[in-house]
Amino acid sequence: MADTIKLEVSRYSPETDAAPHFQSFEVPYRKDWVVLDALNYIKDKQDGSLTYRWSCRMGICGSCGMLVNGEPKLTCATFLADYAPAPVRVEPLRNFPVIRDLVIAMNDFMRKLQKMKPWLIRKEEKPVSEGEYLQSPAQLEAFKQYSMCINCMLCYAACPVYGLDPLFSGPAAIALAQRYNLDSRDQGAKDRFPVLSQHDSIWGCTFVGECTRVCPKHVDPAGAIQQYKLTAALDWVKSVVMPWGGK
Amino acid sequence: MKSAAATPPYTLNHPRWYRKRVSTYWWLLRWEYLRFVLREISSVFIAIFVVEMLFQIYALSRGPEAYVAFLNFLKNPFVIALNIISFFFVVFHSITWFNLSARAMTIRVGGKKVPGFMISGPNFVAWFVISVAIAWLLLRA
Repeated sequence: MADTIKLEVSRYSPETDAAPHFQSFEVPYRKDWVVLDALNYIKDKQDGSLTYRWSCRMGICGSCGMLVNGEPKLTCATFLADYAPAPVRVEPLRNFPVIRDLVIAMNDFMRKLQKMKPWLIRKEEKPVSEGEYLQSPAQLEAFKQYSMCINCMLCYAACPVYGLDPLFSGPAAIALAQRYNLDSRDQGAKDRFPVLSQHDSIWGCTFVGECTRVCPKHVDPAGAIQQYKLTAALDWVKSVVMPWGGK
Repeated sequence: MKSAAATPPYTLNHPRWYRKRVSTYWWLLRWEYLRFVLREISSVFIAIFVVEMLFQIYALSRGPEAYVAFLNFLKNPFVIALNIISFFFVVFHSITWFNLSARAMTIRVGGKKVPGFMISGPNFVAWFVISVAIAWLLLRA
């Protein structure tokens, strides 16, 4: 077993560089080290100017998403041992503007997520004195999978549609809209429908399915989008067949 | 949305951010993307098969001579090659379609989600049974 492993890290300094370039670092190779450990080692011991986002290092915060050998990954859950002895290439997430080194601008995702109204919408809030909104295990199961999303944006980096069409709402935002649509406590499906049923939203998706493959939390955004397409199509059929009903 | 004109629905250019253009050949760079593009292209070959069959039925309706002429057209090596390619694309299209159908549908029985293979499985079984039945009808003579 080799003592060290080579990391090729994408560097971009907005002050001096016109385009990113790769810089190589030799870091100790340890079986229990993930890519994020190696980046932290570089920042501590070799080059303090290396810039990247991270926080919890346990797959919950969704900050450390990067491309590892071209594949969108949470670097806190990607072991060096899976790549050794070959060098490991670390790049910022695809399809996003790069601010510096491995840090991307996420403004676009945040705005798109907000447009989906990802919170419980009630026609009338029940006063606290009347108690909580009860939910059965089956009702929880209906949306629980989508609530696992940690907003890491790996699905956006994997999605060629988002790369080609910056207006596309994208996988996570739609999956999170579904998370609330399918929640028995929510009454906002009608409010989200005009945003979701647009061409830039669900109908922009061509079901490449890569979002689901790279999702570290098994949210299955591609499934969520197709299921909402079915809902929207049925809604349209209903409005044609029964223009008077359903309002 | 009132502020739509003020804030465009995309990220504005920032002079210090680096933005990479998506390559025209993005679909060649990863096998998963190429497989997706092949899946989408397969619909063209489905259309070719359908049009060919419609012409076959039309030739049949115009009498035996027209039908023999159509069969001769099918014996053309280019048509045979096209049909062989189409056949593989149609098979690919059918397999991917059945596999995707399981992911686009959530069926719940007694509050529990039915696993994917229970949705795609019957489709594959029906496909196989119908194919065998048609083959038996055609080949028994």
